[in-house]
Amino acid sequence: MVCAPFTYHRPSSLRQAIALLQRLGEEAKVLAGGQSLIPVMKMRLAQPQHLIDLGGIQGLSYIREARGAVRIGALTTHAEVEASDLLKRRLPVLAETASLIGDMQVRNRGTIGGSVAHADPAADYPATLLALDARFKVVGPEGTRTVPASQFFPGPFTAALKPGEVVTEVQVPLPPQGSGASYQKFANKASRFAVVGVCAFISLNARGTIRSARLGVTGAADHPFRATAAEEALQGARPEERVFQRASRLVTQGVECVADVHGSAEYRAWLCQVLARRALETALARARGG
Amino acid sequence: MVISKLVGARIKRKEDPRLITGGGTYTDDVRLPGMLYMAVLRSPHAHARIKRIDLGKALSHPGVVAALTGEEVKQVCDPIPALGPIEGMKLALRPPLAVGKVTHVGEGVVALVAESRYQARDALDLVEVEYEPLPANVDPERAMRRGAPVIHEHLKTNLAYSIKQSVGDVEGAFQRAAGTVKARLVEQRLIPLAMECRAVVAHYEPGPGTLTIWNTTQNPHVLRGFLASMLHLPENRIRVIAPDVGGGFGSKIDTYPEEALAALFSIRLGRPVKWAEERMENFQATIHGRGQLQEIEVAYDQDGGITALRVRIWADLGAYCQTFTHAIPTLTLTMLNGPYKIPNLAWELYGVYTNKTPTDAYRGAGRPEATYLLERALDLVAHRLGRDPTEVRRRNFIPKDAFPYKTAVGTVYDSGDYEGALDKVLRLANYTALRREQQERLQRGDRKLLGIGLSTFVEICGFAPNMPDNATVRVEPTGSVTVFTGTSPHGQGEETAFAQIVAEELGVPMEDITVVHGDTLTTPQGYGTLGSRTLPVGGTAVYQAAKTVKEKAVQLAAHLLKVTPDKVSYEGGRFFVEDIPDRKVSWKEVAEKAYSPPPELPADFEPGLLATVYFKPSNFTFPFGAHIAVVEVDRETGDVQVVNYFAVDDCGHRINPLLVEGQLHGGIAQGIAQDLYEEVVYDQNGQLLTNSLMNYAVPNPAMLPSYTLEASVTPTPVNPLGAKGVGELGTIGATPAVVNAVADALKPLGVDPAQVQMACTPERVWRLIQQAQRRRR
Repeated sequence: MVCAPFTYHRPSSLRQAIALLQRLGEEAKVLAGGQSLIPVMKMRLAQPQHLIDLGGIQGLSYIREARGAVRIGALTTHAEVEASDLLKRRLPVLAETASLIGDMQVRNRGTIGGSVAHADPAADYPATLLALDARFKVVGPEGTRTVPASQFFPGPFTAALKPGEVVTEVQVPLPPQGSGASYQKFANKASRFAVVGVCAFISLNARGTIRSARLGVTGAADHPFRATAAEEALQGARPEERVFQRASRLVTQGVECVADVHGSAEYRAWLCQVLARRALETALARARGG
Repeated sequence: MVISKLVGARIKRKEDPRLITGGGTYTDDVRLPGMLYMAVLRSPHAHARIKRIDLGKALSHPGVVAALTGEEVKQVCDPIPALGPIEGMKLALRPPLAVGKVTHVGEGVVALVAESRYQARDALDLVEVEYEPLPANVDPERAMRRGAPVIHEHLKTNLAYSIKQSVGDVEGAFQRAAGTVKARLVEQRLIPLAMECRAVVAHYEPGPGTLTIWNTTQNPHVLRGFLASMLHLPENRIRVIAPDVGGGFGSKIDTYPEEALAALFSIRLGRPVKWAEERMENFQATIHGRGQLQEIEVAYDQDGGITALRVRIWADLGAYCQTFTHAIPTLTLTMLNGPYKIPNLAWELYGVYTNKTPTDAYRGAGRPEATYLLERALDLVAHRLGRDPTEVRRRNFIPKDAFPYKTAVGTVYDSGDYEGALDKVLRLANYTALRREQQERLQRGDRKLLGIGLSTFVEICGFAPNMPDNATVRVEPTGSVTVFTGTSPHGQGEETAFAQIVAEELGVPMEDITVVHGDTLTTPQGYGTLGSRTLPVGGTAVYQAAKTVKEKAVQLAAHLLKVTPDKVSYEGGRFFVEDIPDRKVSWKEVAEKAYSPPPELPADFEPGLLATVYFKPSNFTFPFGAHIAVVEVDRETGDVQVVNYFAVDDCGHRINPLLVEGQLHGGIAQGIAQDLYEEVVYDQNGQLLTNSLMNYAVPNPAMLPSYTLEASVTPTPVNPLGAKGVGELGTIGATPAVVNAVADALKPLGVDPAQVQMACTPERVWRLIQQAQRRRR
């Protein structure tokens, strides 16, 4: 399996990369690990004329805490996220999510920025980043802006990026005390992409009721989404089985589930419900535990 | 042959250091000066007429040297032969490139060669082909009905052949039966998926007029014969080399279009030509395995004795008969009795062409299909009678004192102890404790249900009485030994096993023995490695050739020691006169003298120390065993995990238990793969939906259990090694065990066990659970 011919660019600064992107326009694709792009190029489903490899740009690979958020450089590999002590301490669900991506080779090469910009509707990160209410720092010809995760995945393989823009950082706010999160994934047995993946985030208030809850869902629909109806049902409620059951049934409300060889729409809807409940149960236990 | 310190020893594979350090030579590693690279344009349609082909743009692409269409190839090359067609069958042989119409997705339409692999691939995108799509046949049962679109118009039907037979009084047995059960079972298609895709290098040298082919083949001699007949070349001008081959599982038995196409280009252009299959090509252009729809009806008495079977099979042959395509389903028929003394059987087999990739041999080839339908049926009988599955099997086993045993379908089993294997595996698995745990989980209402599945089975292997094989054992003047075999191992480890046999017989160290295989120039006509035949047939030839060499060495030593041969002993690399250990001559001296005979040897002594022996077995061999699979089923998601696996397998004497266990591990894994994960899916238009490793699930180690294995040893009388062959045994045993376990787990939820189908994917299992719950509400 060999790619169609293309020109390879390896800029050494973000400015050069953006200038190249601007100049080459639609003919160019950004390479940031290549674990999704290279396979589709080998299948010739994508035939970009130009490939702009961000790998030569210094300073885009880091995980650090600053101003109430954990900031992850776009070129940070899944393996680095998985192994990060800071994340294990402050946002363990993100390390947990990274550990479930693909296989070791994919995790060693694939990057968080590449993954979110590719916006595969069955990728793992979006579910968790939606549930954690992450923001994406985006740099382009017109400067820098941040986009909330809830607005970043409008459609299949579509990220809310304008021409010439590149994701440079993922910002995840640190959750308050009494919070917990869990990512539950049902992987397809072939590629390990999620048939459905649900991340639940729960924050309890002092009385033990749910201050806020967020559910990010991947794999089920043609783009990752927040299960807002379910979140509303949880808001202010007592965290108990009956409430979780009801909220889980609302996860796919207003959502059109997709179908493929790994699962029908009906089965995906069912998995959303089962995994949401399991994620909520685990998130609750973690919220209570710490 | 005795089991001794070498034969029967767990010796590590001689070939592994080479293979795992990158020191192997695979076909794609062969690079010749001036080599061209071939690429094949494949049909995107399942069934379509070719209206027009325009090669203009492709031929003017930089580096492109030549291109061929089906019409051009047809003038100079015959279709691929089929071995032993069934009498009266409608034969659709595969042309190297499609002629007039395409009949499955992935069929070759145009082949071209260029100076580089990339140029060849890019040029494919420039070939213009105009198709007129036709309705496709996807389901074999429908494809043979009147009104179905006919694939090969000159045959006027899609039904390639049908076989209907019965033995005993089937109707009477069904009338007298205490009960009957019926099931319709799907043996889904599988992708063989060898680690190494197919590849070929063809090198025609116009001077001597010789064609050398490097190819990922399991049987180089058969390929040589096929190419000779297809290309109208004398066989002795073709040399086929199977270098290191990275697995085949049967898929590399076939002769494929690319071998002939590369040869045609090389002959025409006088340059070497290489083709290496891409992984996604492999999904479409290499044969598929299995592909049967089965109906079985069982008549039984009140004790669970099976009195009659009615079996109906629709075999999904795909678009062409390629090598053994037609023959594989008939192997299912030869094993319909399994290990049971079923007196009355009736069977119907329909071999049907469909608009899909041809099917052919895949690990087990026809026998897992037989074992599957029988073992599923026995469990249904047990379920109906409310008895433990072990009881029904015991009631029907052929007893161990009945061998050789001729089954009702006419197959003669060599040796066996089926109940012995069952007893052993029940102890190994601690069966009663497993059943107890199953009950406890149910009572607790655990989310994960436990299922226990049994399979007791016998298979036919050691192919075959009409497929003899050979070995040459050649002692070199320094005493080292070269072994040539007509078999063609491609991962199984016979370089080690054969060396063990020779080392044992000749008393030569393992490291002084080299095993040569896979080259038609150096090895006599053989049938390659398939049908678990390499050891029982090829290995026996090695043993007999070594014995012949040893006899001659003893004679020579006797001359040198001036005694009669009966006075000569051999031990520790030395021949000596009995009772006088000081009168001795070493193995090396004897070897040297064999090639430079001293004057004291008799005038009629023939120099040399080598022998070529053919072994023709009197019968097939019939390995058997008993497997127990333990699965967990998540009652919420339908997800199934095999959590434990116990197997007792009997392949007769084990020359190297390490190799045997390796074969069993891999074989069982492939059975589990069919049970839970792998499934070829075509849509209604004949498009292959599972066309890559992104959507076709091959299990990795984390998806498989650890195996607890134990041996049972019942030697075969068919060969002096007493070895039966083990390559396919694990797969044949595993296929029904896991599905029976899934059905067993689901029973408490009210799921009818007859409804459980492969592959037991999460959604399929979930649907069964949902249906049962709806019925209960």
